[in-house]
Amino acid sequence: MTRIGVVIFPGSNCEYDAASAMTELGATADFVWHTETDLSGYDGIILPGGFAHGDYLRPGALARFSPVMGALADFAAAGGLVLGICNGFQVLTEAGLLPGALQKNKGLTFISGPTPLVVTSTKSVLTRNARLGQRLVIPINHFSGAYTCDDATFESLVAGDQIILRYEANPNGSRDDIAGITNAAGNVVGLMPHPERAMSTLLGSADGRVLLEGFLGLSLVGGAGDPGALQ
Amino acid sequence: MIFPLVVDVTLRSGIADPEGATIERALPALGFAGVSHVRAGRTFRFDVEAADEAAAMELAGALAHRLLSNPVIEDATVRRGES
Repeated sequence: MTRIGVVIFPGSNCEYDAASAMTELGATADFVWHTETDLSGYDGIILPGGFAHGDYLRPGALARFSPVMGALADFAAAGGLVLGICNGFQVLTEAGLLPGALQKNKGLTFISGPTPLVVTSTKSVLTRNARLGQRLVIPINHFSGAYTCDDATFESLVAGDQIILRYEANPNGSRDDIAGITNAAGNVVGLMPHPERAMSTLLGSADGRVLLEGFLGLSLVGGAGDPGALQ
Repeated sequence: MIFPLVVDVTLRSGIADPEGATIERALPALGFAGVSHVRAGRTFRFDVEAADEAAAMELAGALAHRLLSNPVIEDATVRRGES
């Protein structure tokens, strides 16, 4: 069974949603306190949404120095699955595990609501089950979600097919409508939208499933499938 | 010796500054004419104990670039503070 660690920083607040989505898809999910330095035994690590360390200074700026981040860098370098959602994406950029930065939204307002996205690369663990051009409606919920990077970084993201999700209608001023990116290897992904909150049509959308099933390496049918595709 | 220092953090040129832009748009309504190129930033003040000023500035520079600013989008400069 695929074993996922969900990191909790002081101020994280989406850890239960993330863990619940993982268990619903047949994985086991453990909470990992941010002082943990041993991530062996996990197939994947999720940095959930919230306000790690109160978002003081900048979102992710202090979380980057949490003890778990050193272990996470090693875990990622060894090919482990790493998913940063919203605040987790901000932490991954501050830590240098993903390029660029997340800036305050263009309108300087906290924005929240179901948001149409387009899958623009399937070259990542998060989007490998999705179709290129597939439209997904997934909630966003952030104040600092405008993805920013310099021209050289942007060109390398494009050249490496690393822009995995774009907004259909840009809500926050992010560069080139970017909603999510992956590292070059495809095993470290970050996105501002919350796929773990789009698990059921009863609650508005089940479009997060195709992403999280991909993350777990599940078959396209979904459910508690065979995670063997991870190997 | 104790050296009071100041670190100014501002967005790098070319990086959109929604705070600065919003402030600039508000100014005419408040009666301030002729103000342009508003950039918002942050200032950090602290004291550094070091052997000499150069060492204090070096420590503050490292601190400014490693923690107080995000070099991807921000510039940080260190200057003397007032004791």
